Amino acid sequence: MTTMQARSPDRAEQLATLRAILERHGRQPAKLIPILQAVQDEYRYLPEEVLSYVATALGLPPAHVYGVATFYAYFALEPKGKYVVRLCDGTACHVKNSLPILDALRDHLQVDEEHKTTADMQFTVETVACLGACGLAPVVMINGQVHSRMTPEAAVQLIEEIRKSEPAEA
Amino acid sequence: MIKPAVVTIDGRDVAIEGERNLLELIRKAHVELPTFCYHSELSIYGACRLCLVDVEGRGIMGACSTPPEPGMRIKTSTAEIREIRRITIELLLANHDGHCPTCPKSDNCKLQALARRMGIETIRFKPRQKRVEVDNSSCSLTRDPNKCILCGDCVRVCTEIQGIGAINFAHRGSQAAVEPAFGKKLGDVECVNCGQCAAFCPTGVLTPKSEIPAVWRAFEDPRKKVVAQVAPAVRVALGECFGLPPGEEVTGRLVAALRAIGFAAVYDTSFTADLTVIEEGTEFLQRKTKGGKLPMFTSCCPAWVKFAEHNYPELLPNLSSCRSPQQMFGSLAKETLPQQLGVAKEDLVVVSIMPCTAKKFEARRPEFTHDGVADVDIVLTTQELARMIEEAGLDFKALEPDSLDMPFGFYTGAGVIFGASGGVSEAVLRFAAEALTGKPLAKVDFLQVRGEGGLREASVVIDGTTVKIAMVHGLANARHVAELVKAGKADYDVIEVMACPGGCIGGAGQPIAGNGLARKARTKGLYDADKRLPLHKSQDNLFVTQSYQEHLGPVGGERAHNLLHTHYHNRRPSDEGELQKHETPAEVRLQVKICAGTACLVRGAQKIAHAVRGYVEEHSLQNMVDVRMIFCSENCGNGPTVMVGDRVLPRCTVEEARQALDEELANHT
Repeated sequence: MTTMQARSPDRAEQLATLRAILERHGRQPAKLIPILQAVQDEYRYLPEEVLSYVATALGLPPAHVYGVATFYAYFALEPKGKYVVRLCDGTACHVKNSLPILDALRDHLQVDEEHKTTADMQFTVETVACLGACGLAPVVMINGQVHSRMTPEAAVQLIEEIRKSEPAEA
Repeated sequence: MIKPAVVTIDGRDVAIEGERNLLELIRKAHVELPTFCYHSELSIYGACRLCLVDVEGRGIMGACSTPPEPGMRIKTSTAEIREIRRITIELLLANHDGHCPTCPKSDNCKLQALARRMGIETIRFKPRQKRVEVDNSSCSLTRDPNKCILCGDCVRVCTEIQGIGAINFAHRGSQAAVEPAFGKKLGDVECVNCGQCAAFCPTGVLTPKSEIPAVWRAFEDPRKKVVAQVAPAVRVALGECFGLPPGEEVTGRLVAALRAIGFAAVYDTSFTADLTVIEEGTEFLQRKTKGGKLPMFTSCCPAWVKFAEHNYPELLPNLSSCRSPQQMFGSLAKETLPQQLGVAKEDLVVVSIMPCTAKKFEARRPEFTHDGVADVDIVLTTQELARMIEEAGLDFKALEPDSLDMPFGFYTGAGVIFGASGGVSEAVLRFAAEALTGKPLAKVDFLQVRGEGGLREASVVIDGTTVKIAMVHGLANARHVAELVKAGKADYDVIEVMACPGGCIGGAGQPIAGNGLARKARTKGLYDADKRLPLHKSQDNLFVTQSYQEHLGPVGGERAHNLLHTHYHNRRPSDEGELQKHETPAEVRLQVKICAGTACLVRGAQKIAHAVRGYVEEHSLQNMVDVRMIFCSENCGNGPTVMVGDRVLPRCTVEEARQALDEELANHT
C-alpha cells in the first residue's frame, strides 16, 4: 500500500498497464501464473490490492490467487528494495563459507530472515539455492550482476559503494 | 451367462457395481478403510495416504484414487500398510495441538479415533510448527490452525459445494497452511458463515463458535428471563447426540430438557415460519400479480443472504424482504413478551436453538438491534444444546416429554417443513393456492417440490396461473441459478435457496452426519412431523392470525413491515463492479460511483462516500441506489469525482452529491 501510494501520480497509467496484462492473457484463469509474473515485473512485487484486482478480473477467489502467489518462492508479496542482493547458498558456495557473508550482510544492513528489506527500501537480502556459478564460489548477485569469490568484508564493501553512488535524498 | 466383474478383496470376491473407486468397493465389502480426505460428495484429493491398499502386481496404491478393474486382487491390511498408516498418523500427531480434553471436537475427532484404532501410544517425532494465533474473528466459527492436518476437506467443500473458496492452501512445504486470502481473518473475508467447512473438518480446526457460557450466565442473573425458540430442523437431529436414530422427532424431550436447564419458556421457530409464509407468500403474490421484481429469491437462509450481498448485489431487489423466521421471532418476542411475562424488555433474553452457524452472524446484524437491544440475544447450535444437556447431567432419553408454551409454541406442518430443502416452497404454495383460488386446498402435499437434488425445478398450476419454482441447495448451485437470472435466461417465479446440503437439516450446527443417510432420515422426520400435525397450512395457525390482530396490524401493512421485513447491503468490494468479467445486464438501480483514486481520496472522497451512504441508509434508498467506490476515474486534476447515474460531478462536495442524487432519483423511475 505504501509503495502504491508513493507511485500514485502515475496510478492511472499503472492500472492501464495492469489491464493490458490481463487483456494480453485473454483474462484466462488458466494463465494466472504468467499474469502474476508479468504483474511482478511491473510492480517488483505483488501488492495485495493488485492481487485482489487480478482475482476479480479472472473470476477466481482471492484465496486461490493468494495460494498460488505464496506457493512459489519467485513471487514476492512484500515490496523489495531498489537493490536485491541474492547470496548463493548452493552446495559449492556453502562449503566455501557463504553463511558468514550472509551474517555480515544482514548485520550491516540491519535485516534478518523475516525482515529482508531495509527500512529505507534500498536493499533486500535473500538467499538462493544455486546461481549456477559454482566455479566462482562464493557468489553474490546484486540486481542481476554476479560478484565472485566474495568475503564478508568484500560484500559489505559492495554495499557501501552502492550507498555512495546513490543520491543523498534517497 | 456372463460372470459379473469382480475384485478380490482380502480373499473375498466383490462384484463391481458402478463404484467409482476401490475405496467405495472396499467399504461395500464392510471393510472400514481409514481416510481423512475422502468424501463422496467432494472431488478426490488423495492427500492423506491412509486408504492405501496393496494391489497385486502393482504395489501399494491409494484406494480413493484407483478405479476398480475386474480381476484385481487386493489386500487392505498388510504389515507394511499398517506400518505406513501408523507413521502417517504419528507424523500428523507430532505437529498437532493435542490438547484433546479441551478441544470442542474431542468426541468427534477423526484423528483421535484413528490414533486409537491404530494403537498409537507414543509419538517419536518432535513438533516443528510454531503456534499460530486462534482466529476468533467470525461470529459463527472458531478457527484454530494449530490442529490442521492439511487434508483440504474444508477447502474443497467451500469451493466445490458452496462455490466460494474463502479459504485455500497458502505457502508451501512445512509452511503450508489453510488460510483466507492474504492471511486475513475469517470474519474479514467473503465467508458466509455456513460452517460446512466445520462439518467436514476431521479435527478441531473449524468448529461452531460456542455461546454456551453466555446462556449459563443469563440463567444466573435473577433479573433476566430467558426464553428459547427452537428451529424445525433441530428436533429431528438432536436425538443423534444421545444415541437415538437420525430423523427421530424429539420435540417433547427437547422441551423438557430446555425447561430443566433453566429456560422460563420454550417456543418454536416453526410459529414464525408460519408467519414468514404469510408475509413472504403475500409479497410473492403482489410481485406476481402487480408486476414486481421476479423471480423472487427466498431470504430465510442467512448464508445465502450474505452470499448474495457479496456476489450478486444487483440481484438484492429480487430477494424477498422478509426477515428469516429466527429474526421474525426475535422482533415479535421483544415486542410482545415483556408485557406477557412481566419482565423489562432489556431483561428478556431470547435464545435461539438453530441447526445453523450462520444464524449467529444473522442475529448480530446491526439492523436487528434496536436501542442497544438485540432481537435475538444468543444463538446456540444443536451441538451446543446437546453439550448443555450433557453438562446439566440430564438423561435425555429418559426425559418425560413436555409441551411448548403458547402462543409462540403453536405451529402447523407448513412451518415445520421449513427445515428441509423444498419445504419453504411447499409451505408458500399451500398458502398461495388458497389465496389465489379463495377456496380451501383439498390436497396439501406438493410432492413435485420435494426431492434430494441440489438443483430442482417444478411447475405448479393454480387456478390457471402457472408458478415456476426452482429449489436449490449448496451455494455453488445458487451461483449457477443467479448467473442464469442475471443473464435473463431463468424462467422462474420463485427460487428457494438453502446453503447447506439438504437444507437446514444438513446445517453445520447439527450433529456431524457422516453420510447422506442421516440427512435423508432427518428430512423424512420433518415430513412425518407435518403428517402427524392436525394443521398443514400457515394460514390456519390461529395464533398467527391473533398476532396480526393484536400486534402486527394488516398483512403487508406498515407495522408488519417494520417488524417483519428487512433490507440488504451491497458487500461487493468497492472496485469489483467495474471489473466484472461479463458486463452485468442493465442496472435498474441508480448507480453512484465515487472515485477512490489517490487524488480524489486526499480531496475528501471518503467523506463524500460516507455522507452519501449515510443519506441512502437514512432514507431507506438501498433498494434504489448503489453506492460504490471505483478505481481512478482518470480525472485526477478535478477530484474528487463523483458520478451519479450518467452525470459526472468534478470537484464534488457533499451537498452537490446529495442534490444530484435527489434530482437523478426523481428522473430515475
